Amino acid sequence: MDLRTDVGGLRLKNPTILAAGVLGTSAASLKRVAQHGAGAVTTKSTGVSPREGHPGPVLIKTEHGFLNAMGLPNPSYHEFVRELEAAKGDVPVIASIFGSNAKEFEEVALGLNKASPDAFELNLSCPHAEGYGMTLGTDPQKVKEITEIVKNAVDVPVWVKLPPLMNIVEVGLAAQEGGADAVVAINTIPAMVIDVESGYPVLGNKVGGLSGAAIKPVALRCVYELYAALNIDVIGVGGVSSWKDAIEFIMAGASAVEIGSAIYDNINVFRNISKGIAQFLEKRQRTLDDMRGVAQK
Amino acid sequence: MMPINAKITKIVDETPSIKTFFLDLTLDNKPGQFVMVWIREVDEIPMSPSYSNAITVQKVGDATSALFKLKKGDSVGIRGPIGNGFTLSGKSILLIAGGVGAAPLAPLVEVAGGKKIKVKTLLGAKTASELLFVKRFRSAGDLQTATDDGSDGHKGPVTELLDELDLRGYDQIYSCGPEKMMSRVLEMVKGANMASKTQFSLQRYIKCGMGICGTCSIDPSGLRVCVDGPVFSGETLIDSEFGRYARDASGRKVRL
Repeated sequence: MDLRTDVGGLRLKNPTILAAGVLGTSAASLKRVAQHGAGAVTTKSTGVSPREGHPGPVLIKTEHGFLNAMGLPNPSYHEFVRELEAAKGDVPVIASIFGSNAKEFEEVALGLNKASPDAFELNLSCPHAEGYGMTLGTDPQKVKEITEIVKNAVDVPVWVKLPPLMNIVEVGLAAQEGGADAVVAINTIPAMVIDVESGYPVLGNKVGGLSGAAIKPVALRCVYELYAALNIDVIGVGGVSSWKDAIEFIMAGASAVEIGSAIYDNINVFRNISKGIAQFLEKRQRTLDDMRGVAQK
Repeated sequence: MMPINAKITKIVDETPSIKTFFLDLTLDNKPGQFVMVWIREVDEIPMSPSYSNAITVQKVGDATSALFKLKKGDSVGIRGPIGNGFTLSGKSILLIAGGVGAAPLAPLVEVAGGKKIKVKTLLGAKTASELLFVKRFRSAGDLQTATDDGSDGHKGPVTELLDELDLRGYDQIYSCGPEKMMSRVLEMVKGANMASKTQFSLQRYIKCGMGICGTCSIDPSGLRVCVDGPVFSGETLIDSEFGRYARDASGRKVRL
């Protein structure tokens, strides 16, 4: 079964993409995920200067899902450009970038562009690093400005990853106006967990982002509304761990899905999901294109 | 998994720089597995249990310094056990331990002793007072020591003791300690065609301890030290970053 998919200016061999922030800190790690069947891989978000990230605990698994507050650790684009270059070759590599303003986004994009990533994903949605991510992603004007500046700086597709807030469609439209080739929805949802024995918030940063199965219904709603309102592709992310989850996102209107937390259970999740999607489509004699957005009633 | 609250029941000074913290819970780990220790308001760090209810720690940074300030009755959060641990096999085994790297190997020799496996340990440290768990290794089998200053046993790196041994005479070899030391062990077992029968416990910057963040992935395999390791066969480590560099908290490569 042919699962080739055109999404946001890229052609993928299947619609499963490694989400940013997961196994994306080195070329070797990205390549390993590619070898396990991902249609494309996204790097850990990179910025202008090295950051160690938040103190631990940085990731907690609860009965409701994962909470993380990594705090955007990265070695800066100066250092990461070599990893990015080495990561290329197997499947498209998407460089996730962040900054505190449009100028910083431009600087990182230009810096990493030397390694010829296949696309950029703008992190306008990280919920636990003050002054970055979601702080900017709630403001449609800033989202438009940042998208525009990166789009003008590079020749490859630019995707914008959105925070799951009430104005997500407005922000998605701003990204589209700025020239984005796709929007990615959603990033983690601001959340916390408290240790009742000690009374301390468990995450080192106290507050982090919720991911995993718990956020899937929220992500689906966002994808559904974005697909209805936007002309550019929508990539679904949030709680995808099975082919059924992926089909749900595609029915809501997603062109592809990103997968993150689910690699906890099995790094083969990409291959398993592709296989499941293929079987589902074969049984119905349908293509991915036929299924996209069928839930838009 | 959520961290479990663990109260410190006893603190033992093992050497001038190493302490053992006994906890009011059973860690239920295989030797070589590790737990994430949450020192509240400071950080969460990986530690290999040295007993079924204790961790043995050397003061090396902010988190371990904060841990050293804790007293009996104070508590920490514990997640784990995590990772693969050592696989015990054969009738005769050799251990090469350096410094606080002896911590996960001491429980291994005790399990081996219980299974009537013949154990020889080579234990190294800077100086005599820093040799860790001498009694435990001696009571489990044969022990040879080495110190940098010659204050106990052989004077020089513990790996020099390997020169006198026929490595092929052992069914399995285990090593934990400074990476420079383990890297030398890898060279020697490789030369003796024993790399596939040697298990190394690696130390890398571990953040999530769940195989998700990728901070501890090693080159060029991309294997994660936290869940695919921390114990790796020598064969997996040949021509890898092992012995050459590691990554810091930001992901920058740092030469060893």
